[in-house]
Amino acid sequence: MSINRRQFLRRAGIVTALGLGGSFVINAAGSKLAEAAAESTYGTSTQGLAAKHWAMVVDMSKFKSKDDFKRVSQACDLIHNVPDIGNTKDEIKWIWEDDYEHTFSGGENEYLTESFKELPFVVMCNHCENPPCVKACPTGATFKRPDGIVDMDYHRCIGCRFCMGACPFSARSFNFRNPRPFIKENNPDYPTRTQGVVEKCIFCVERLAKGQKPACVEVSKGGLIFGDLDDPNSEVRKIISSKFTIRRKAELGTQPSVYYLVGGGEHA
Amino acid sequence: MLEKALTGSKKYWAWVFCLLAVIAVGVLAYLRQYSYGLGLTGMSRDVTWGLYIAQFTFLVGIAASAVMLVTPYYLHDFKKFGKMVILGEFLAIAAIIMCILFIFVDVGQPMRILNVLLYPQLHSVMFYDMCVLCGYLAINFIVGWTTIGAERKGTPSPKWVKPIIYLSIPWAFSIHTVTAFLYAGLPGRHFWLTAIMAARFLASAFAAGPSLLILLCLIVRKVSKFDPDPPGVGAIQSLVKIIRYAMIANVFFYICEVFTAFYSGLPEEMAPFKYAFVGLDGHASLVPFMWTATVLAFLGIALLIFPTRKNSVLLPIALISVFLANWIDKGIVLILAGFVPNSFGRVTEYFPSGNEIAIVLGVYAIGMLVLTIFYKVAISVREQNL
Repeated sequence: MSINRRQFLRRAGIVTALGLGGSFVINAAGSKLAEAAAESTYGTSTQGLAAKHWAMVVDMSKFKSKDDFKRVSQACDLIHNVPDIGNTKDEIKWIWEDDYEHTFSGGENEYLTESFKELPFVVMCNHCENPPCVKACPTGATFKRPDGIVDMDYHRCIGCRFCMGACPFSARSFNFRNPRPFIKENNPDYPTRTQGVVEKCIFCVERLAKGQKPACVEVSKGGLIFGDLDDPNSEVRKIISSKFTIRRKAELGTQPSVYYLVGGGEHA
Repeated sequence: MLEKALTGSKKYWAWVFCLLAVIAVGVLAYLRQYSYGLGLTGMSRDVTWGLYIAQFTFLVGIAASAVMLVTPYYLHDFKKFGKMVILGEFLAIAAIIMCILFIFVDVGQPMRILNVLLYPQLHSVMFYDMCVLCGYLAINFIVGWTTIGAERKGTPSPKWVKPIIYLSIPWAFSIHTVTAFLYAGLPGRHFWLTAIMAARFLASAFAAGPSLLILLCLIVRKVSKFDPDPPGVGAIQSLVKIIRYAMIANVFFYICEVFTAFYSGLPEEMAPFKYAFVGLDGHASLVPFMWTATVLAFLGIALLIFPTRKNSVLLPIALISVFLANWIDKGIVLILAGFVPNSFGRVTEYFPSGNEIAIVLGVYAIGMLVLTIFYKVAISVREQNL
């Protein structure tokens, strides 16, 4: 990010003080706002959820029917104005389902029964600790926050799609065309995107800032567990340290923050 | 000096207007794409880079190949290349301009392209690629324009240009190495994740670029009084030797890649090669291209090894073979097979759209127009000194 709100307000205040604004009223209002902003910075706000390393556990035992998947993806699509373009070429996906065989491609086991092979899995951005997409991005439009979330700045993205080439999980989508006509219900609380920019799951950073859990977690009926991996008392940490979980393409060293609990039954 | 490009024969003007017509079609196609978005191309969520970036990758090699003339001529005082060097430098300028245009038409938000310079990310290879490309364009423009300007006045080139010429040598290697690093550093793309990528890029560039240059020299010899390789000099045959060894190295490197993939037996290493050579899951759009490239590569090498290289009919065939083999390998297959199969192990194919092809042709026409103008200036200066 080039400047945050605090810096912006401070600079705006300075500019006004220099007489460019020519109004002491604006100046006074500006500095008051700046003070207020200084007290509560983004991420450490008293009402927001904060963590050192956000992580997600997907408890596969809780995803049994198509409805279990639909609920989470629909909640996400609705809240983030994810368009339904209707063809696979241009589609935008934040959280979706794929089968076990392809989600964990490379680890094929030909003796698995078809039912296992086709076992559906929830997939989304893995919010890697070493995100190749962030390394690739030439403008900083995709960046890793201190809490481990890989976030997007839709306004800085030039649409080069180098991040999509770099992502080993195909977690990113590109607006090959204007997405706005394809949004079913417009949610005014979250921005819509323009054509020519990349987007993806952001672990609902805008909800975390307001003290809410990610939308998919809220509707998952316990199937998605979200928490601070650095906190030994958090539920995600307890599951990950004591149960057998798998991560996608762990051998690539990107260190995904999404863990799949398979054959878990009761997770906690 | 530019005024020399404004006078010419009827054929010259016919050629220029042909190019302008193709450019106009390309510009219209681009305007369509600009308003609709990149959805007008054949690219998809799975194959996010297509013909544009593939042409960019190929043309960086053409640009870098000028060093195969500059190094022998300036560093080793190899006088034979004296009359051809300027043509190599001007070819590099045209190629870099096309490279930059191909990147420009490929981005989703072209108005924001300066964000790369406004918010430089030192961990992104793309930032370095932009720096080396712009630098190489500047270097070749300064060197080429200054030397031909001095020649026009019949004076030796100014001394200050010498260090820039020497700088152009490592710089040429850097543009293609950095472009190879764009691909070679991505963990999830097995087809690209290879340490030999930069070496392969350089070898293929030093085969394809000089091949094109000789073909251009043969054309120049036909259409003007200026002969870049007068009888008895043997510049073209010297360059042929370079092409021959570069192409052999290129094919050798490719065989190394195939060996690593198939002897190790790693499924994800083998999959892109299978897709390119025999098809995968019933998808085989690249197969005819790849086999054509293979046949042309060996044909080209064979014709350049044997005395046939001195045959005035077989030499152009050999050079066209080498050029096309490299164009197919780098300008089509390398990029597409990197995305197919996708990271879920599924095959999504890519077919360029008509609009996309019109833009590609438009960019090539711009490159040819730039090349024509620069060559016209150089040839006019040379003809005046005859």
